[in-house]
Amino acid sequence: MVENRPWLTVISHLVLIVGIAIVVLPLWVALVASTHAGRDLLSAPIPMWFGSHGVDNYRQMLTSGMQHVSGQPLTLMLFNSLVMALTIAIGKIAISLTAAFAICYFRFPLRMTCFWIIFITLMLPVEVRILPTYEVIANVFTPLTRLLELFGFEGDEIVIGGLSIRLDFSMLDSYTGLTLPLIASATATFLFRQFFLTVPDELTEAARIDGAGPMKFFRDILLPLSRTNIAALFVILFIYGWNQYLWPLLITTDPSYVTVVMGIQRMVNVADTEPQWNLVMTAAVLAMLPPVLVVIGMQRLFVKGLVETEK
Amino acid sequence: MIKRVTFRHKWLPYALLAPQLLITLVFFIWPASQALYQSVLRQDAFGLRTEFIGFENFADLFADPTYLASFHITLVFCLAVASISLGFALMLAVMADRVIKGATTYKTLLIWPYAVAPAIAGVLWYFMFNPSIGINAWILRTVFGYDWNHTLDGGDALLLVIIAAAWKQVSYNFLFFLAGLQAIPRSLIEAAAIDGASPLKRFWTIVFPLLSPTTFFLLVVNVVYAFFDTFGTIHATTNGGPAGATNTLVYKVFNDGFIGLDLGGSAAQSVILMIIVVSLTVVQFRYIERRVEY
Repeated sequence: MVENRPWLTVISHLVLIVGIAIVVLPLWVALVASTHAGRDLLSAPIPMWFGSHGVDNYRQMLTSGMQHVSGQPLTLMLFNSLVMALTIAIGKIAISLTAAFAICYFRFPLRMTCFWIIFITLMLPVEVRILPTYEVIANVFTPLTRLLELFGFEGDEIVIGGLSIRLDFSMLDSYTGLTLPLIASATATFLFRQFFLTVPDELTEAARIDGAGPMKFFRDILLPLSRTNIAALFVILFIYGWNQYLWPLLITTDPSYVTVVMGIQRMVNVADTEPQWNLVMTAAVLAMLPPVLVVIGMQRLFVKGLVETEK
Repeated sequence: MIKRVTFRHKWLPYALLAPQLLITLVFFIWPASQALYQSVLRQDAFGLRTEFIGFENFADLFADPTYLASFHITLVFCLAVASISLGFALMLAVMADRVIKGATTYKTLLIWPYAVAPAIAGVLWYFMFNPSIGINAWILRTVFGYDWNHTLDGGDALLLVIIAAAWKQVSYNFLFFLAGLQAIPRSLIEAAAIDGASPLKRFWTIVFPLLSPTTFFLLVVNVVYAFFDTFGTIHATTNGGPAGATNTLVYKVFNDGFIGLDLGGSAAQSVILMIIVVSLTVVQFRYIERRVEY
């Protein structure tokens, strides 16, 4: 506070309160709508205070879902989302930690090439390579078969000894397909590389004098030192994984792999009729809840992660 | 770039890099190269014959009025999302920087939309603007006499997705603006106050210029967000419609390729998108790492 201007302080608070009201309004409307019966939401103005159907709505959505739109219970969708978010977050962190370790702590041929290959992924979001990525998921061996064909081999089969292996493996409609392709991460690799560069060299020297090999150093010194960074990154990546939309939309057709964020779209885009808004809002609240709780509960880690991933 | 003290091992570094590299090559580099390759080919309707046609796919695209319209819509969309969410967040951050009481509560109440998926943000605002029962549509109708209908009116639909996309991004911008404001030395502002500069004058002549690195950085991040992360917002609500009014480039590439199965055209669109991402990334790394000097 530079100078005392009471009226300005009052205005500041007012602006903030109005601003927050605007920001919170959608959540409020969703929460209220999720406690009403369908018939209360048929004509404007809709109620702005809670109704008495909350328990029914949530029970119905969690146990049976919306019947006429493939009707998967939300517990299943939430579970799928959880699997996806956790696998992506943990996977990204794991492979980025080892990649950053290799790039920082070893001298080896093609080191910079590896670094640039990882860097390029920053510029290739799913959105710019939708169709070809789908083809790869439909058969993961596509790149290999094409390369073999290029060298004049029979593409889709390889023979080792007397054993012939068909090169055909689809990741459509599977948890592997949902998560594995999203696990590569330039951002996380850079973040850990940045952090490893600040770790004093004396630690490495001391570890080497004591006879520790690279993996022992990684496990017993580097990993414990990176704990806060890992936690902060985990928060950001969990939200990233939970909120994926285009990817699950592309590669899942089997309703039992629907994630909650993407499932809601089917409840809204119903043909020729108004969506059942009370149930849609119930689903929306449930879909928002886990990541929002993570952000609010781990606010300090979240802010740290946000600032650091953007460096 | 590398540590002074390193380990020596023949194969371990490759093994450590293998998972990351393998995923990158199979799911990123290969598909991208395929998109490049297919963008210069044409496939007949049955997928039996392909022929090399050079840049014809690109020429077709830029002769196609719907593609040009989509470009235009995307520009309007990006600029509107960035300016609305930056402006709103800056105002809130300046106020939050002033107040002492309740600052943490305000902050907590403002950051949670970051965690909401773009698609869900779209659905929430879709509900609030629903022409027959939405609270906002009702207010517009009864108070302002405006008949809001985003299912028929293209302008309304575009505004709806702009608001939904900007709303979600406010928390991110708010956090970075607040950090930027708190990094400005108090002594500068105190000196100006002693010289008799009013709060408004101090903001425009000291705070806002000093904040320009943060603003520029956020501008790039917001444009990237509006470009690529808002697919869900559009797909879950307007589906690119009505009559293509919200058909952004990313939505169009999905629609033409995945739904319309136009391989060459969609690949050419992918390549153009790639060029856009690459240039945005270059801007981000070249100019932001150095930060705008003041």
